[in-house]
Amino acid sequence: MRWALVLLPRLERQTRRLSGKRDFNRSCSLFCVLQESQSFAVNMFKGQISTTQVFPFPSVLNEDQSTFLRELVGPVSKFFEEVNDPAKNDTLEKVEDHTLEGLKELGAFGLQVSTELGGVGLNNTQYARLVEIVGMHDLGVGITLGAHQSIGFKGILLFGNKQQKEKYLPKLASGETVAAFCLTEPASGSDAASIRTTAVPSSCGKYYTMNGSKIWISNAGLAEIFTVFAKTPVKDVKTGEVKDKITAFIVERSFGGVTHGPPEKKMGIKASNTAELYFENVQVPAENVLGEVGGGFKVAMNILNNGRFGMAAALSGTMKGVIAKAVDHAANRTQFGNKIHNYGVIQEKMARMAMLQYVTESMAYMVSGNMDSGATDFQIEAAISKIFASEAAWLVTDECIQIMGGMGFMKDAGVERVLRDLRIFRIFEGTNDILRLFVALNGFQNAGNQLKSLQKALKNPLGNAGLLAGEITKRAKRKAGLSTGLSLQGSIHPELISFLILSLMACQIQLPYQINHLTYVCFADEQFVLHRVADCAIDLYAMVVVLSRASRSLSQGHSSAQHEKMLCETWCIEAHDRIMRDIKFLKSGSSKQIFKNLRAISSAVVENGTVVAPHPLGM
Amino acid sequence: MAARVLVGVKRVIDYAVKIRVKPDNTGVVTDGVKHSMNPFCEIAVEEAVRLKEKKLVKEVVAVSCGPQQVQETIRTALAMGADRGIHVEVSGKDYDTLGPLQVSKILAALAKKEEASLVILGKQAIDDDCNQTGQMTAALLDWPQGTFASEVTIDGDKIKVIREIDGGLETIKINMPAVVTADLRLNTPRYATLPNIMKAKKKKIASVKPGELGVDLTSRLEVLRVEEPAQRQAGVKVETVEDLVGKLKEAGRI
Repeated sequence: MRWALVLLPRLERQTRRLSGKRDFNRSCSLFCVLQESQSFAVNMFKGQISTTQVFPFPSVLNEDQSTFLRELVGPVSKFFEEVNDPAKNDTLEKVEDHTLEGLKELGAFGLQVSTELGGVGLNNTQYARLVEIVGMHDLGVGITLGAHQSIGFKGILLFGNKQQKEKYLPKLASGETVAAFCLTEPASGSDAASIRTTAVPSSCGKYYTMNGSKIWISNAGLAEIFTVFAKTPVKDVKTGEVKDKITAFIVERSFGGVTHGPPEKKMGIKASNTAELYFENVQVPAENVLGEVGGGFKVAMNILNNGRFGMAAALSGTMKGVIAKAVDHAANRTQFGNKIHNYGVIQEKMARMAMLQYVTESMAYMVSGNMDSGATDFQIEAAISKIFASEAAWLVTDECIQIMGGMGFMKDAGVERVLRDLRIFRIFEGTNDILRLFVALNGFQNAGNQLKSLQKALKNPLGNAGLLAGEITKRAKRKAGLSTGLSLQGSIHPELISFLILSLMACQIQLPYQINHLTYVCFADEQFVLHRVADCAIDLYAMVVVLSRASRSLSQGHSSAQHEKMLCETWCIEAHDRIMRDIKFLKSGSSKQIFKNLRAISSAVVENGTVVAPHPLGM
Repeated sequence: MAARVLVGVKRVIDYAVKIRVKPDNTGVVTDGVKHSMNPFCEIAVEEAVRLKEKKLVKEVVAVSCGPQQVQETIRTALAMGADRGIHVEVSGKDYDTLGPLQVSKILAALAKKEEASLVILGKQAIDDDCNQTGQMTAALLDWPQGTFASEVTIDGDKIKVIREIDGGLETIKINMPAVVTADLRLNTPRYATLPNIMKAKKKKIASVKPGELGVDLTSRLEVLRVEEPAQRQAGVKVETVEDLVGKLKEAGRI
């Protein structure tokens, strides 16, 4: 079993080299999940199907919560249909004053704050349902609200102590004060661990002095309360060494020294205020440290992770709205003697849009349902849902414009604004590129852990005979392409069982086998490979999520069950094909050549400053 | 003024929904269709709540007749500011045949029981457009009525009502207790805020059966058939006046 001994150090070396910074590596290990994790994604990478979190489709609202939610949907929808004017907000590049006031009165600024502290006290699933409405009507307002409560003061909800919560949450819930999340700096975007804003503790220990600047902060111009991440010197208790670590702070504008720049001119979400923030010798009381001193990175990642499901929910609402516009056009526009929805090309577009929306919606409520059920290891699924939702929404809206033809391009139709608003969703809150690496790396990490325990067992083969025997059998079965025995039979509706399960299992087996295989891949190709591995993981999770939802509809005898079965079936067939194709490609010899070429082309273009090939006309 | 106001609220199919007739032509499809408070009832609730805010009335009681679902409608009234609700339980066949006559009997009985000085209703419901309940309730109670109100002012124990009529506006002064029905321009209803919806959860809704109020729900009407409006037929162009006369004779019109 020498291969196991060879693999492990390689894996660790690769992870460290890829991250480049020790903080990132540490964050990876911070997200390193225990082997008993119930997360589907974590287990998927280990070659196991863990159904606890995915089957049956989570149903977390009790009768009271459900009734209450239903009562809220009406007023919120009404407000967005009758009071909010998205076109006006976009043209003015701000949310109209009376609309913002109306939202505050409505109670929309403190949806997840407890009722004792003046909020509406919603859980994640209820919050998702309301955020869907906002997403359907105005993403600019959605970001203003989201930057305030989904990330702006979420740190206080998750990590605040009693005094901090009682001091800040009531005014934040009523909207009297607005919050903002301040992490990004000119030189630190994806590489969040490299931020340079400093918070130096005073000699008396009663306050910190903060200096630095942040860019692209949503709500910077409106906010009173800022969750700011800064580097603080921390003494290692054991070694006595002083290192700079990130700490999270609650900073009030009233502390003095906090200023902001003019609103940035953006492609979309123009109604949302985005600006630079400057901290000049700001005195922050020591009581305002959020979480632990030096534990700020964890605070930041948890806040972002906790708010991700909201994005998928909002975007599923956006897609619904946009699909309705496309349908309205396709059902009424006549060309060549027929309504255009009768033509195959349009039919394919509509069907694909519906499928993407169905998957996104299923993911959003699967993740929020898991969170409300008490799961703590949902970060991979949350990341997957963010990646999927942002890309699906872009594709769906783009296709809507295509279906509408010239009309779609016109401002009045209201769709071009949605497309412009959507572009940022693939970038902020963790770029999709970084999140893909995160998803795939977690796969390696977990495969690595399993191998670790194997390595230990190898040191005492006789004592650990059982573990080894089991592992050998598993791998032998995998090589032969057979299932590892775990069955989904009990949880999936009979109508869906057939080959859908088989295709899921096939992917299930191939993926982790592939990952094990891929540890032999050379470091240079790593990101090319990880990107594709992540795509497979996303497709696989998407398959499971729709299987779960469609199963539930079939079991409950919904009138739409057959339609959902069609959506599910179509999605799974195509996802399965994509996964198999990717795996085949990664296994093939041509992949090495392609990656080599891609690297070389990129290098040449960078060196040349632009494209390299000379003009075809020779000039 | 220590007055109690009774406001009737009806749960109807939402105004934005596309109505479809049931295949058996016995009625319209209501299953799974979005319902909400009748818009004129919203205006009635708003007026009652405003009177309370002006301290002209002491308590606003929202009433609705129907199955379990009408409690949602009563809750919306509570979220707008009504103090408590009364759910008159009517379901099944009785609910299908429930009309202005039965509802007005119920409201009259409740007005007496609750010692209300004012009953405010919407002028009509958007599903049946009857425009009868307010008038019948006043008649059963032998109270004055101010219908199609576009402005209501309480002056001591009298009410000044400005009514929307065909010729314009009519101003009348009626004694309390009275029945008023709300027209479109009476006010603009407030939005129920989420905190108010939460507060409304704590307000009480009492349940009562029509029998307890001594009301007989038998309907004197029978719905024979419900149909969609006829599809508009294509027109025909004619060349001359003679052709036109010929066609009209053909169709038996002249």
